[in-house]
Amino acid sequence: MQKKFAMAALLAASCGAQAADADLAAIRSQIDEMKKSYEQRIAALEQKLAQAEAKSAPAAVAAAPSPLATGTVASPSSAGAANGFNPEVSLILQGQYKNMKNVPERSIGGFVPAGTEGLNNRGFSTDETELVLAANIDPYWRGQAIVAMIDGSAEIEEAWAQSLAIGNGIGLKLGRFRSGIGYLNEQHPHARDFADAPLMYRAMFGDSYTQDGVQLKWLAPTPLFLELGAEFGRGANFPGNDRNKNGTGGGALFAHVGGDVGISNDWRAGISWLKTAAQERESGFMDSNGLAAKGAFSGDSTTWLADFVWKWAPNGNPKYQNFKFQSEYFVRQEKGNLNCSSDDASSTCATALESNYRTRQSGWYAQGVYQFAPEWRAGLRYEQLDSGTRDFGANAANLQVEGFRPKKTSAMVDYSWSEFSRVRLQLAQDKSMPGLTDNQLTVQYIMSLGAHGAHKF
Amino acid sequence: MRKLLSSLLLMLAALPAWANLNIFATVPEWGALAREIGGDKVRVYTATTAFQDPHRIEAKPSLLAQARQAQLVVAAGADLEIGWLPLVQRDSGNPAIQGGRPGYFEAAAYVNRLDVPTVLDRAHGDVHAAGNPHTHLDPRNVLKVGEALTARMSELDAANAALYQANFKTFSGKWQAAIKRWEQEAAPLRGVAVLVHHASFAYLDNWLGLKEVGTLEPKPGIEPTSGHLSELLTRQQTMPAKMVLRAAYQQDGPSQWMAGKTGMPAIMLPYTVGGSAEAKDLAGLFDDTVQRLLKGLR
Repeated sequence: MQKKFAMAALLAASCGAQAADADLAAIRSQIDEMKKSYEQRIAALEQKLAQAEAKSAPAAVAAAPSPLATGTVASPSSAGAANGFNPEVSLILQGQYKNMKNVPERSIGGFVPAGTEGLNNRGFSTDETELVLAANIDPYWRGQAIVAMIDGSAEIEEAWAQSLAIGNGIGLKLGRFRSGIGYLNEQHPHARDFADAPLMYRAMFGDSYTQDGVQLKWLAPTPLFLELGAEFGRGANFPGNDRNKNGTGGGALFAHVGGDVGISNDWRAGISWLKTAAQERESGFMDSNGLAAKGAFSGDSTTWLADFVWKWAPNGNPKYQNFKFQSEYFVRQEKGNLNCSSDDASSTCATALESNYRTRQSGWYAQGVYQFAPEWRAGLRYEQLDSGTRDFGANAANLQVEGFRPKKTSAMVDYSWSEFSRVRLQLAQDKSMPGLTDNQLTVQYIMSLGAHGAHKF
Repeated sequence: MRKLLSSLLLMLAALPAWANLNIFATVPEWGALAREIGGDKVRVYTATTAFQDPHRIEAKPSLLAQARQAQLVVAAGADLEIGWLPLVQRDSGNPAIQGGRPGYFEAAAYVNRLDVPTVLDRAHGDVHAAGNPHTHLDPRNVLKVGEALTARMSELDAANAALYQANFKTFSGKWQAAIKRWEQEAAPLRGVAVLVHHASFAYLDNWLGLKEVGTLEPKPGIEPTSGHLSELLTRQQTMPAKMVLRAAYQQDGPSQWMAGKTGMPAIMLPYTVGGSAEAKDLAGLFDDTVQRLLKGLR
């Protein structure tokens, strides 16, 4: 309506000769507007009448108080208050109860710890509470920040701006973001199908890989989904570390393809490459006498990932029933030097020794989750890692290097009251530590309140 | 790398255009309307079918690929697609279809919306802040949306504007006659009390004067529970409903149960284009809906 007015006004202003036409247009649009407003009033009256009829019917209506307005609304809210520009806010509440063996320093056998805390949290605990703020910044950018809060610390999990107006399928993200590598990496813990990250992700990144930097994506203009992405940034997170330097500290490349098979099936497959470097990345080792020693790695770390997801839902309607299969594989190569040292005078590393360091390690997981009723889902996950080749050069004599194949099997059932609340029971047999079988029970809840976020595929 | 990318882009730009206007419709009803207006000058991709719950669609790779090439997204709006469309728009790398641009059209913005909540609280279920989004089942709304959509399509594809307007004029003439016919046929439905599975028929009820006396869902978006169904059953004594309605994409269990207990007919309505064999297009959708309702009355 306003547009018509504006156009009429413009026309009138620009050319005098067409003034009469402009007048006509203005009159027409006024008539249109009057028509519309009468239509609205009639509709409102009709509804009032219908409601009066409903009320005159015996009882019942009062039994179910309705949160709905009695009239109709004509146009999108005209409130216009500055408040309306407030970002979409949502808060994720998560907590769990866990039964498992008491293992003070949990790590994955045959792999360097990626610095994950809280893994020995037994009994009741509250997970990070995530505060999500998101909004369009202007017609060109959208921004989102996620602050994860727990016990006196608040961590910026994500804080990025995403381009909206570049075009040609190009998307640009700046800031701290979840890397687009793999499949699970971009998903938030609350959107995952199991209570914990797969061993593979814990071994690779601790939980998932975030980058401080720039992400560039390109979506091909083809009916088949084909997306190419490149990232470069600080590369400070495990397997890299902060190296205080100019230029880029790490980068990633990824490609995803996907599509439909018939109306009931969707799939996506991808391949990704992540390169970063570490300087004096310290981790705990055992020396050949079984004493604690420190190993500091300096060098390059390269990770390859392959991912595949298949989703099925009858008629493509996932509400009542659906099945999801996903699997990922990774292989990581690290090349550089290892400096072995120890505070213990009797250790073989008492005098620091620098040696070559070369590893090639891999792992995979596969999982299936079946939603058999609108509220219920059940899932199974199997995972296995391979400590692979670990060549410590001259330090091989000083440090214990043993091969190991960590394994874990998990089963879960979850119940969702609505899209916004879920409770989950998970049983797992964890054989990721040498000589130990840990049977774990987890009961977890995930609640999201506030704005209705959209989830990735 | 850059050379490769730019030559690739050039190659793709040189591909012959399939149609003058590439439209991505989120739901079948508005896809069908765009086809009525656009005729053979448009290519319409419809993201969902009548057998899919429009609230629960995922941001599938195929949707991203289609949105990437669209010049116009026609959505139902009023937050119906909030769980997937914003993500598809943003990740498509297509500025033309972002909110606030001419390439983004929301049908709900052009009609009088019913059931606008005065209280926004999820204790009332998955309520839509902007009101009930299932606006198309009142044929008068189809006309309003059609008028606005014609204007939008003409704006985006000025070369074919006259054709779009002519097509809409033809459609509108036929449609107005059809509305009269449907209203006559459906006269016996006025004041008839009905139960519905979900509040998907608010506009249909309002148009035909059907009296909705309850929903099988205890709250919007929450599946029927046995407790709530038996409550409805007791209410049937004081406030008897004549039939129970569900959309093609909804499970038939709860309405069949209700029908079995009360003896009233359980009616499946196509809800949108493609929901039944007869609902091949928009006119078919309303023909079939009215016929099915009348059959329930007998």
